[in-house]
Amino acid sequence: MFAVTRKASDGRKRARLFSRTGASLVRIVFSLLITFIGLLLVTFLIGRVLPIDPVLAAVGDHASEQVYQRVKEEMGLNLPLWQQFFVYISNVVQGDFGTSVLTSNPVLEDIKRVFPATLELATLATIIGVFLGVPAGVFAAINKGKWPDHIVRIIGLAGYSMPIFWLGLMGLLVFYLKLDWVAGPGRLDAFYVDFIEPTTGLMLVDTLIEGDMDLFWNAVSHIILPASILAYFSLAYIARMTRSFMLEQLSQEYILTARVKGISETRIIWRHALGNVMVPLVTVIALSYANLLEGSVLTEIIFAWPGLGLYITNSLLNADMNAVLGGTVVVGAVFIGVNMLSDVLYRLLDPRARR
Amino acid sequence: MTNETLLSVKNLAITFSTSKGPVHAVRGVSFDLGRERLGIVGESGSGKSQTGRAILGLTAANGKITADQMQFHDLDLRNLSKRDWRKVRGARISMIMQDPKYSLNPVMTIGDQIIEAYREHHKVNATEAKRGALDMLAAVKIRDPERVFNSYPHEVSGGMGQRVMIAMMLIPDPEILIADEPTSALDVTVQLQVMAILDDLVRERGMALVFISHDLHLVSSFCDRVLVMYQGHVVEEIRASELDQAKHPYTQGLLNCLPKMDGNHAELPVLTREASWAEA
Repeated sequence: MFAVTRKASDGRKRARLFSRTGASLVRIVFSLLITFIGLLLVTFLIGRVLPIDPVLAAVGDHASEQVYQRVKEEMGLNLPLWQQFFVYISNVVQGDFGTSVLTSNPVLEDIKRVFPATLELATLATIIGVFLGVPAGVFAAINKGKWPDHIVRIIGLAGYSMPIFWLGLMGLLVFYLKLDWVAGPGRLDAFYVDFIEPTTGLMLVDTLIEGDMDLFWNAVSHIILPASILAYFSLAYIARMTRSFMLEQLSQEYILTARVKGISETRIIWRHALGNVMVPLVTVIALSYANLLEGSVLTEIIFAWPGLGLYITNSLLNADMNAVLGGTVVVGAVFIGVNMLSDVLYRLLDPRARR
Repeated sequence: MTNETLLSVKNLAITFSTSKGPVHAVRGVSFDLGRERLGIVGESGSGKSQTGRAILGLTAANGKITADQMQFHDLDLRNLSKRDWRKVRGARISMIMQDPKYSLNPVMTIGDQIIEAYREHHKVNATEAKRGALDMLAAVKIRDPERVFNSYPHEVSGGMGQRVMIAMMLIPDPEILIADEPTSALDVTVQLQVMAILDDLVRERGMALVFISHDLHLVSSFCDRVLVMYQGHVVEEIRASELDQAKHPYTQGLLNCLPKMDGNHAELPVLTREASWAEA
């Protein structure tokens, strides 16, 4: 009888857990939906408010009034604003961001091409930034006020204050031109470009899938310099935040408890304190990653990197509104996605957040 | 209970250098500790907690310790290397902290934290360590050790958390246990339960207990001997059973300002302090 009641209560507990997970899933989807509609509304309005005439951009300066009107109707720009918005939303939901004036491809096609380039660069930069920035921050915190702390501070400050285009150009000058340690601009040597079939669009992954190590190392030598320069910026930020989170955690009571237990200082710092530092740090890393995913325009220009930042900027300069809006929506979606990811990680790292 | 001396402290002084000049937290404190239960009583800021921390070598970095003697068995605690301190801490002298809400690591399970303390000082494999931890949790009268073992600190109550703390600090089997206000953060009803568990285990294992508290009644009912501290000095040392015959006016004052059950006092007397006590 005891076993029966036990089982019944287990079942109820599980049912409650499921309904709770279900409810939170619904809540997440709902909040995503609202955020996304808000994002579309804002990008749409900005696109319409900008003093850019997409019709003029399409037909050119010399078109007749008749042609101008016809194209305007074709583009649906004669409709009231709210109707235009609904047309826009229903198109976007079907994956139709319109056609780019500049490339005359569907915008979605263009983005599928340029986004992986940015994704690859941003991901590598963040990995480098985390693997150097976190230890640097920890190192600075445990040597607070001593020379290692000052060195990390100076390196970080330099990272903040040096303009990225200058750093990029100097990097190219020194490591590409003078030392010839890395390859120049672009994602691959021009000679190799046609060799590779874009499966994922990530050059490092695609070359590995094809099993061509020459191509892989060529891609590595192209990406390493721009990735390092972007990483320098996120490193400076991550190290700074790690340092202050670490100092806060090291003054907590549970650290004293660990010392009373006779635990080694290494374990206290890397297991006890860092375990708690990682909780707020995840948000910091996620935000800096999302910023990089937006595409760093200057870096992409200097390294002729065919990424999202370059694409949006070019479209904007050419009044290619479909492309600009499409790109902006993707950036917004990436932000939402990364935020959700950091929420999930937060829950994994902090048992108090699991409810 | 034997009279063998475990720890001998002579003329201990702790000075903190602060931006407002040196602060003398502890001045000229001396005591011998055998296998007994020693209480240290005093107001906040009297130096009682700092005395406890100095025994573990955990005085903050801006504090300076001087003493004529700090002898633990054959070890001179005044100049121990970092390595040697780690062999003393936890394994031979341990400390129970005040509030389990802050003194347990929030992102590690209770089981992991107890096992960590155990394996730091004993060569046991993972299965033995887990069994040891579960036994220890049962020893501090936790009814469902398996569940608590897998819980995180925020999932247990304060009284439960403090039992976990006791289990964690006792599992390496230290000779001296310092309990720094172990029940101050707890509910009054839970205080006595936790103290009783602590008291049982300390007697069972024949350990020495240094019980630091501001609560004279609690100290006198759980200790053999009491040191009364005032502004970094020990003003009186007295057997707990003879507390009502205390000679020093400060101790008398502390006792008098406690309400009594037969309370004839219309108003409790205010504790008076004399500057001369701090120089004694």
